[in-house]
Amino acid sequence: MPAVQETVDRVRRIDVDQYRYGFETVIESEKAPKGLSEDTVRFISAKKNEPAWMLEWRLEAYRRWLTMTEPTWARVDYPRIDYQDLYYYSAPKPKKQLSSIDEIDPEILKTYEKLGIPLREVAVLEGVVKPQAEGEEAAPARSKIAVDAVFDSVSVATTFKEELKKAGVIFMPISEAIREHPELVQKYLGSVVPTSDNYFATLNSAVFSDGSFVYVPPGVRCPMELSTYFRINERNTGQFERTLIIADKGSYVSYLEGCTAPQRDENQLHAAVVELVAHDDAEIKYSTVQNWYPGNSEGVGGIYNFVTKRGDCRGVNSKISWTQVETGSAITWKYPSCILRGDNSRGEFYSIAISNGYQQVDSGTKMIHLGKNTTSRIISKGIAAGKSQNTYRGLVTAHRKATGARNYTACDSLLIGDKCGAHTVPYVEAKNSSATFEHEATTSKISEDVLFYCIQRGLSQEEAVGLVVNGFVKDVLQQLPMEFAVEAQKLISISLEGSVG
Amino acid sequence: MSLLEVKNLQVRVEDREILHGLSLTVNPGEVHAIMGPNGSGKSTLSHVIAGKPGYEVTGGEILFKGENLLEMAPDERAAKGVFLAFQYPVEIPGVATMNFLRTALNAQRKARGESEYSTPDFLKKVREVAKSLNIPQDMLKRGVNVGFSGGEKKRNEILQMALFEPSLCILDEMDSGLDIDALRIAADGVNALRSPDRAMVVITHYQRLLNYIVPDFVHVMSKGRVVKSGGKELALELEESGYARFEDAA
Amino acid sequence: MNVALAKTDTGSALEAALAAARERLPAGGKVADIRRQALDAYERTGLPHRRIEDWKYTDLRVLMREVLPLAAAPDAAVLKRAEAALKTAAIEGTRRLVLVDGAFAPGLSETNGLEKGVSIRSLREALDGGDGALQAQLFSLDTSNPMVALNSAMLTDGVVIEIADGTVLSRPLHVVHIAAGAAASSMFTRSLLRLGKNASATLVESYVAADGTRTYQAHDSLVIAIGDHSRLDHVRLVEDAADAVNISSSAVTLGAHAHFNIFGMASGAAVSRYQATIAFAGEGSRVETNGVNLLRGRQHADTTLLMDHAVPNCASREVFRAVIDDSAHSVFQGRIIVRPDAQKTDAKMMTRALLLSDDAEADNKPELEIFADDVTCGHGATSGALDESLLFYLRARGLPEKDAQALLIQAFVGEAIESIANDALRDLAEATAGRWLRARA
Repeated sequence: MPAVQETVDRVRRIDVDQYRYGFETVIESEKAPKGLSEDTVRFISAKKNEPAWMLEWRLEAYRRWLTMTEPTWARVDYPRIDYQDLYYYSAPKPKKQLSSIDEIDPEILKTYEKLGIPLREVAVLEGVVKPQAEGEEAAPARSKIAVDAVFDSVSVATTFKEELKKAGVIFMPISEAIREHPELVQKYLGSVVPTSDNYFATLNSAVFSDGSFVYVPPGVRCPMELSTYFRINERNTGQFERTLIIADKGSYVSYLEGCTAPQRDENQLHAAVVELVAHDDAEIKYSTVQNWYPGNSEGVGGIYNFVTKRGDCRGVNSKISWTQVETGSAITWKYPSCILRGDNSRGEFYSIAISNGYQQVDSGTKMIHLGKNTTSRIISKGIAAGKSQNTYRGLVTAHRKATGARNYTACDSLLIGDKCGAHTVPYVEAKNSSATFEHEATTSKISEDVLFYCIQRGLSQEEAVGLVVNGFVKDVLQQLPMEFAVEAQKLISISLEGSVG
Repeated sequence: MSLLEVKNLQVRVEDREILHGLSLTVNPGEVHAIMGPNGSGKSTLSHVIAGKPGYEVTGGEILFKGENLLEMAPDERAAKGVFLAFQYPVEIPGVATMNFLRTALNAQRKARGESEYSTPDFLKKVREVAKSLNIPQDMLKRGVNVGFSGGEKKRNEILQMALFEPSLCILDEMDSGLDIDALRIAADGVNALRSPDRAMVVITHYQRLLNYIVPDFVHVMSKGRVVKSGGKELALELEESGYARFEDAA
Repeated sequence: MNVALAKTDTGSALEAALAAARERLPAGGKVADIRRQALDAYERTGLPHRRIEDWKYTDLRVLMREVLPLAAAPDAAVLKRAEAALKTAAIEGTRRLVLVDGAFAPGLSETNGLEKGVSIRSLREALDGGDGALQAQLFSLDTSNPMVALNSAMLTDGVVIEIADGTVLSRPLHVVHIAAGAAASSMFTRSLLRLGKNASATLVESYVAADGTRTYQAHDSLVIAIGDHSRLDHVRLVEDAADAVNISSSAVTLGAHAHFNIFGMASGAAVSRYQATIAFAGEGSRVETNGVNLLRGRQHADTTLLMDHAVPNCASREVFRAVIDDSAHSVFQGRIIVRPDAQKTDAKMMTRALLLSDDAEADNKPELEIFADDVTCGHGATSGALDESLLFYLRARGLPEKDAQALLIQAFVGEAIESIANDALRDLAEATAGRWLRARA
């Protein structure tokens, strides 16, 4: 079993505290003054050369935020965040205006290389200059991926822009989209996650600095996977990216998102908002591999990840599918959801959430059935190890008019060790008789018998655990695009390193 | 008067027409076999006669003992003497077979204005029938069809047929999922119920079943119509030549 | 004494009510202090509302609006009405213990000829006895729950049952809660059942109203302690008047190798909530909880259970069935906690709702909270309409639509009812379900 062997090799190179992505990139950066005020919001908006309506939108969100209180219902426990002790904007100081990828700070490029992604994207990055090497087409194993890289708060590189443009697909940093496609941004921004939605989303609305924007025109099947890599680099910096994806009638897009951050003693805040809109017959597939720094083995440091992700199946027969592999962050607070508004629309949520060390995960989904004959499916796999707490929290609701709604939910938890906790908090609300809901959940530990069987056949304890865990999460891994799945599988094993006593 | 008259029946499911003008006449005492490939509409016919929801009759009529069957609720049809032996009898957890049999039998009798069976009379009748079909008593205590084998489910259908004494029995793919021994037991049960005032419609894909339940008439269905009718020799003919040559006829 | 305890009530109204309740339940200084503190705890929130997580689906500010004035001590006329109600409420073969409008009614109860090892007293008597440990146990319910707090503050009477070690009680005890007041009122009761070691008993509780009773609210609470190697069977039948409110709280603790089997059925009351905490204090014990809600009209019934596995090697099973017609609303919140040391816990919970109308609503919140790894825990929840293919099969066999539905509904609730160990009580529950179904046809 080469995959397992490779994982084990990788694990051996790393000791428990060695977060693989925990390096820091030394580059000059330009920061907004510390703290949050109307001035900070104005500063960010000015930095981005935003139109007046955008500044107004932000200020409105900021004023709303001042009236709100931080939510406490999630099963996560962290010291109070001092919102005045954070930087809300940090951009790598450009040598000059970024017009081509060649001009990106080589230090940043090196960072991506270390992340492992650009190991394969470097060639691609070059490909932008001499568009589309023939060899790329010839290698079927390597599907093309267009990448938008967000460094701290700023989008630094978007690849394959030209080719996408030919297909009519708009894929660019949202800061650019605000300037270049204001009509689209104005129409859709905040239409799925309103500025007043929740404490963290409202904060994001006020101070988001960048993120990705995707528009797929009617009838277009996006010719390649779109991908964004987020990285927090600066000290004491909050990252607030905003992603907006619109799939117009009959279109299809698959979008991948990856996240890392350096290893630091203090906690860093990440409060992103992702909005998806699927019109009639459109489909959006959104995959995440989240590997923010989880803190060290003593529970010091790590990212606070408070993310609002929501998809609106606005049109008939539309479909939104969320797949997430959550292995990082000290705190995860995240519920990618679907509003099934269009008749016959479908929502899916596939999740692997792994917690180790002192990590706290509170994640799940909401499937809100509003249209007729809407269907949804939830497959959640939680794995708790170390001293971590791992909670699935989900809502399935069918409104009175959502006749024929159907949901199937399966949430399974696996416990590794007796110092961790795995919790399941589902809300199942049926408000009409033709809605059919099925929910099941189990919690168990890895069977001693299975472990012994594997060990007797020559596997180490760690390999055996890796094998069992990979089997446990298989259903979800299969939902990921091929290349991500391999990456994710390795990540899972690494995340559980040190969990077996 | 014929027992069952199906005249130019047209049936839709959602947006698709399944039966395009099917006619069939069945007289008391007759055994009719309806044969045809998958998707020819055989099961649809049986469901429409029994009154299963989800089918829209867009044309034609079905008369049963001279009455308009299509206007009756499924339970009224049952009380009038229509019995459908299901291809896949459902499992009803929590409803003991014995309780179910008595409730159904008395409901039918009540609907016909007959007196309900007393418990001892009922038990006696059920035991007799069960014995003749080799159905053990403990099966009657379990939930309807719950945990029954394929053969047991079919025997339970025949048990009900014997108990309810219908005038028309429709056997929908009775042979599906049965090995040869189970098939023989089931067929013996059915044959024992043949009588001059009872008719049977045997729906099957394979000729095999007709070796055990020998029909008086055979009808070949294709694409929602009866394309050929004949005597029992037609079944043997089909066995040799297959359905293909009838498909063009449709 | 005629004040309502709404959320908007001023402190003085509550004070007056407490003073009245205190008069009705004289007890020493310590108890008075506890009740004072409980009232303070209640006053901090008032009637619970949907923003309190535990009450998300049962907003008493909307459903109940106010707490009705404390019921007067029953007079002769009230007792006479209650006696008439007993004709249908009494269960043959059981020992009857009757509470009328929140007061123990010795005249209607059978307290003579007690079996050896059995002691039955009214709550008043028990508190007068000055047994500190007993007092502590009686007030062990968690007053962070506002309705428990209110109950602790206002309670006027109840039944205290003590069953000595080694006593096997074959005759079930039947606590009948009868509302019989001529004025709209609330009654607050608290009862206790202490089952010693190697003992067994069956407790039935039913909630009914006498003819001519005005609208009322029954606020009941029950403390149960089951000793090592003992078994308690418990049946609850909520058959309150159609406009009544029933808020019942319970705390159950099990010793080692104990067995607790509870069945509850709510077919009465406009608004009812049964909230119970079942805690395992000794290893090798087992709990089976089974519940059925049969609801129609605008009824609202809530079952909120907390299964607390604090020690290893215990098992719990929860089976819950709701049948909901018209615009009724059924809520099931079931939480299983497996604490860090509770290895080898085997906990399962299954909740199913059957919606018979498009205006019906079923909310299920089955939670697992697990801190030990060597466990087998699971829950399932389903909701939907009757299975069309089953209905058709039955109708093809001659059953009219309503009969076919009734048969399937009976089977649906049957699984929970079957759990009742006592034959007579199981028949009684089946008959109650049958009555509900017949009223539907």
